[in-house]
Amino acid sequence: GAAGATGFGSMADTGLLESLLRLLEKVDGGTDSQDVAADLGVDHQVIVGAVKSLQALGEVISTEQKSSKHWELTGEGREIAEQGSHEARVFNAIPDEGLPQNELMKMPSGKVGFSKAMSNKWIRLDKAHEGGPRVFKTVETIEDTVRDKLQLVQKGQSAKLEDKEKNELKKRKLLSEVTVKSYWITKGSSFSTTITKQETELTPEMIASGSWKEKNFKPYNFEAMGVAPDCGHLHPLMKVRTQFRQIFLEMGFTEMPTNNFIESSFWNFDSLFQPQQHPARDQHDTFFISDPALAHEFPQDYMERVKKVHSEGGYGSQGYKYDWKIEEAQKNLLRTHTTAVSARMLYKLAQQEKFTPVKYFSIDRVFRNETLDATHLAEFHQIEGVVADYGLTLGNLMGVLHQFFTKLGITKLRFKPAYNPYTEPSMEVFSYHEGLKKWVEVGNSGVFRPEMLLPMGLPEGVSVIAWGLSLERPTMIKYGINNIRELVGHKVNLQMVYDSPICRLDS
Amino acid sequence: MPTVSVKRDLLFEALGQKYTDEEFDELCFEFGLELDEITSEKEILSREQGDEKAAGASDVVLYKIDVPANRYDLLCLEGLVRGLQVFKEKLEAPRYKRVSPADGGEPQRLVITEETASVRPHAVAAVLRNISFTQERYESFIELQEKLHQNICRKRTLVAIGTHDLDTISGPFTYTAKPPGDIRFKPLNQSKEYTAAELMSHYKTDSHLRHYLHIIENEPLYPIIYDSNGIVLSMPPIINGDHSKISLNTKNIFIECTATDLTKAKITLDMIVTMFSEYCDEPFTVEEAEVVYPDGRLCVYPELAYRTETLSGDFINKRVGINESAESIAQLLTRMCLRSEVSGEGDLIQVEIPPMRADVIHACDIMEDAAIAHGFNNIVRSTPRTYTVANQLPLNKLTELLRQDLAAAGFTEALTFALCSQEDIADKLRKNIVETRAVHISNPKTAEFQVVRTSLLPGLLKTLAANRKMPLPLKLFEISDVVLKDETKDVGARNNRRLCAVYYNKSPGFEVIHGLLDRVMQLLDVKPGRNQGYHIQAAEDSTFFPGRCAEIFSCGKSIGHLGVLHPDVISRFELTMPCSAIDIDIEPFL
Repeated sequence: GAAGATGFGSMADTGLLESLLRLLEKVDGGTDSQDVAADLGVDHQVIVGAVKSLQALGEVISTEQKSSKHWELTGEGREIAEQGSHEARVFNAIPDEGLPQNELMKMPSGKVGFSKAMSNKWIRLDKAHEGGPRVFKTVETIEDTVRDKLQLVQKGQSAKLEDKEKNELKKRKLLSEVTVKSYWITKGSSFSTTITKQETELTPEMIASGSWKEKNFKPYNFEAMGVAPDCGHLHPLMKVRTQFRQIFLEMGFTEMPTNNFIESSFWNFDSLFQPQQHPARDQHDTFFISDPALAHEFPQDYMERVKKVHSEGGYGSQGYKYDWKIEEAQKNLLRTHTTAVSARMLYKLAQQEKFTPVKYFSIDRVFRNETLDATHLAEFHQIEGVVADYGLTLGNLMGVLHQFFTKLGITKLRFKPAYNPYTEPSMEVFSYHEGLKKWVEVGNSGVFRPEMLLPMGLPEGVSVIAWGLSLERPTMIKYGINNIRELVGHKVNLQMVYDSPICRLDS
Repeated sequence: MPTVSVKRDLLFEALGQKYTDEEFDELCFEFGLELDEITSEKEILSREQGDEKAAGASDVVLYKIDVPANRYDLLCLEGLVRGLQVFKEKLEAPRYKRVSPADGGEPQRLVITEETASVRPHAVAAVLRNISFTQERYESFIELQEKLHQNICRKRTLVAIGTHDLDTISGPFTYTAKPPGDIRFKPLNQSKEYTAAELMSHYKTDSHLRHYLHIIENEPLYPIIYDSNGIVLSMPPIINGDHSKISLNTKNIFIECTATDLTKAKITLDMIVTMFSEYCDEPFTVEEAEVVYPDGRLCVYPELAYRTETLSGDFINKRVGINESAESIAQLLTRMCLRSEVSGEGDLIQVEIPPMRADVIHACDIMEDAAIAHGFNNIVRSTPRTYTVANQLPLNKLTELLRQDLAAAGFTEALTFALCSQEDIADKLRKNIVETRAVHISNPKTAEFQVVRTSLLPGLLKTLAANRKMPLPLKLFEISDVVLKDETKDVGARNNRRLCAVYYNKSPGFEVIHGLLDRVMQLLDVKPGRNQGYHIQAAEDSTFFPGRCAEIFSCGKSIGHLGVLHPDVISRFELTMPCSAIDIDIEPFL
């Protein structure tokens, strides 16, 4: 700091600090650092350094920063205070017999001093003098008021000068007005006139010797931030995924194998009783696969039953009464929902010798060839829950949804009738959003149609309830993200990943 | 979901009651509709084309109502009002009746010729007699046809509707198919005649009709309907003739629907006549028409078939989770336009499904209607007693555990797209696309969706490129699926769970990535070693810098690569610093 720059050693430093403290002990109500500098006869900057050193010792002193305006001599001003004004120096240089003008002009103060002394009428010029123009004194003695005034300022007594005088000296660039930052110093809560050296940190040696007991430790600055730990970070969407997974596991749901992005139209649509002319099966909504274009293996009997229920009905259904084509069912695609996997799992369940109730869940990617915007990507994560058991009711579905959403911190739910080709009844789930003061859709749900379940071979009395929602939407709400591209994909801002808090969905 | 736009005041007048927006929204919610938007023509125009264009437009309040995709009977004001009035028990559902022509006249007849077989083999027809249009009714009639065309008719591919002023034409009508050059007529709202071939090129630039041209464009024969004087009624599914066009003053309407799907044609016809027979002198009656197939088969339309289903009150109660008497369930169903009666035998209910409820195809549809009328939100929510034990998918369990520890090892998780361009997985990685065994998408809208990724590396490199301004080093990882063609699978492809990580810094940091491999193997409890352990061995791989790549073996099996990326790979991903990477298959560790 500034104290170090003046060349004080640490001993002298401590001496100065203690002098300052002794001075402070004597005054009531505190003192200004500028006065301390004047009293101790050192430069103000040195005292500023000392104040900073004392501040670092804790509550020895307390300080308040002040700023004040103050007149100071310029370099030229200091020279004049020491050696006299230019005009005085010119006057004093002239002997009684006078001085040739050209010689006088060679003096450092010559030019300025000559004209000032002339206007003061201290000297005269004899232009017609033999041997060239010559300068003579006109008075015996002079009074160097410029020097006197500057000396007053130098002694800190600028108040004795009138403003007009100070401004005139300022115009002559002998004085300048400067702003001085100083401290108002008062005794601190642990004021003492002696300095003990402070330790910065606890060391193994201090612990071993016990010397820490006698030491004073430099206080920490608790306002500053710590050093960021050197660590990796999990992606926020995956953190939310982990929580949803946890919720399903807590509710006794088993995870489905959804690691098959490529699916046949058969499992993605036909098995779900979604007719072959359904708009979702259009090129505009679904990504179809050109290589490998077709699926080549299906459970034949089951496929026949699916064909029949679509084209002719059965199982109590009228069917859709259209010409069902295997060519449509074979077309490979990127699955548009994880319900394709639920269909495979339910078919598998139906092949068991004896039906056992199941609860399934999955959270994985699905793909839609849709128009993209701030909230829609061509791929997103679908969360799906499925329960299959004898005698499940619509009230049961609502009950399960209530439990599930309660775990997300959502307790106010209501249900709207909706349409979905493979569930009947179908319900959209709405929750009351306290911030928006309205009901917002949070998921879709329903009871799988008998035309889907019975061809699989599930027993007649078995009902299957299911619901789904996207993972991205709750995550965007949770982390306050408006554009889905800032969350998913390579355009993510890693700082957001670094900074994102842990995920507790219920708080 | 289709959206129907209706004038609010007209709707309330028809409902015989005024609602606040909130009250109407609530009614919609209960019934399964959604009041999507409250707007006006002026507002719509001003939003789409600017205030100037909207200056003279109407500011009559419009309700835009979302209708479930299977409820074609709610696609117009008439149907919506009827559905809601019956639901509110302010109206009894009408019975639709097919009648013979008055005074013993012959029914209208549409004869199908065999030429239609190759292009559009089916047709149905009906007559609405003595109808009274107003401006609003007329607009609604036109709008309903458009809604049906967009929905059940699948943009006219399955069914196309033509409606004609019967008093301008005379039957019997002929539905045939002809070469485009042989067809010549004045199409709707045009001032001169065109051949079919001329019409097709004329409509190429028509913002509306051009979307339908593809349906017949490449057919040798175009479908065409003539009256007995050779006047063209329509050239389905493109355009009607101008001669028979309907107007506000039309009294008698001949409706024909041509189709590739007969079931949907019948439903479409039933929808039009049930919705608009209300405005006939004898409301809710429809005059029959005959359709004669090339084989001589004669069918009478519209079918307007009522079907009766019998189900028990117990079935409804058990499926919904309520406890209502058979009588009150019958009452609930009647409110949904499904006229129902308790049959007297136990708790059996006879449910009559009217022709416009084509969406009811199974008892479960009836059950849903009972639940809607009862009120979804009046059903007691109960927890099922299903007892199950949860299991994690072992692959996902392993993934979850590894992710945690990779983050603990200082790497940050990325989440990249499964779909990408061919270039990303081939050229940019200095690979040949054929060798990647990639699955190709047939209908990508842009290059970003050409293939499913075969490596996680491009996604990570793109993530690095998007974050070049972040302090170095950047350490990223992802554990996720890639997809590879695989003949042994039913669909010919399989997912593969991969672990990929990159280290991006001023120096390549091979030792960092190598250290990560050691750590991963430690976590998987695989020791270094040649046989039962893991080891790495120098290898050449075009993605990596020559001499800076090794193949990773675990228990003697190759599981992936690690190394310093090839400078071309780095540049192709718009990166500037050296980068090392590891890419392994984690499925062997299950």
